[in-house]
Amino acid sequence: MAGPQVGIVFWIISFVMLISAFMVVSLKNIFHSALFLILCLFSVAGIYVLLQAEFLAAAQVLIYVGAVAILMIFAIMLTNKLASKKIRQSNRNVLVGFFVSVIFCFITLVLLVKTYVSVWSKLKPQAVLPEQNVLVFGKYLMTKFMLPFEVVSILLLAAMIGAIVLARKERS
Amino acid sequence: MLAYLSLAAILFSIGMFGVITRRNVIGIMMSLELMFNAVNINFVAFNKFIVTDGLVGQIFSAFIIVVAAAEAVVGLAIVLLLYRNWQGINSDQVNIMKW
Repeated sequence: MAGPQVGIVFWIISFVMLISAFMVVSLKNIFHSALFLILCLFSVAGIYVLLQAEFLAAAQVLIYVGAVAILMIFAIMLTNKLASKKIRQSNRNVLVGFFVSVIFCFITLVLLVKTYVSVWSKLKPQAVLPEQNVLVFGKYLMTKFMLPFEVVSILLLAAMIGAIVLARKERS
Repeated sequence: MLAYLSLAAILFSIGMFGVITRRNVIGIMMSLELMFNAVNINFVAFNKFIVTDGLVGQIFSAFIIVVAAAEAVVGLAIVLLLYRNWQGINSDQVNIMKW
């Protein structure tokens, strides 16, 4: 996985991702921004494929696009009359937020470039990732990361029960 | 590698902008998802370019995906509850814990 093709694909994907992410935070209609969120999550899955994380790409499409984004759209539709265009979707501190984000982004980029030049570029490139990524991933999950795996399943159960308890109608 | 990390930083900043400026709670949660994804890109990029031991970064970002899904479920349940009780889900109306 090298060469100019990967570079071109990377630039296309990141362009789509950033444009759609900006649409997500700036559109007036919250439903449209949910649709752009789906596009953005798809392009993140593309970035995972470029980084040799095939399992994560599949999980991204399944969980984020298939579950979380659909959940968002459900919630938007259930609260439908608030999502109309007449209601202002952004609060007073748009300007402040813009400046804070730009300054944060600038500082982060400067730090990244500095660290890259001083530290990361001097590290010698390590061995390539194993060819059968998913196999190694599963082995890790079943041996070294057994305990976090189980804990995370309990967390999912707790989230499910919590959501049901919260959203249930109170019996009068 | 620098390109991937910069992309993640910009995506995180866009998400932060959304979290700061949105009024709608669902909009805030969508921006949160953007920030989670930026962090995940960071983990996977480090795992690809500066590997310490196998696929640890990818496993960590898988856990992040799971926790983000759980967070979204509970958050949207709270949003529905807010809507049912107060007929509004804008974050500046929800101020009963503010003194």
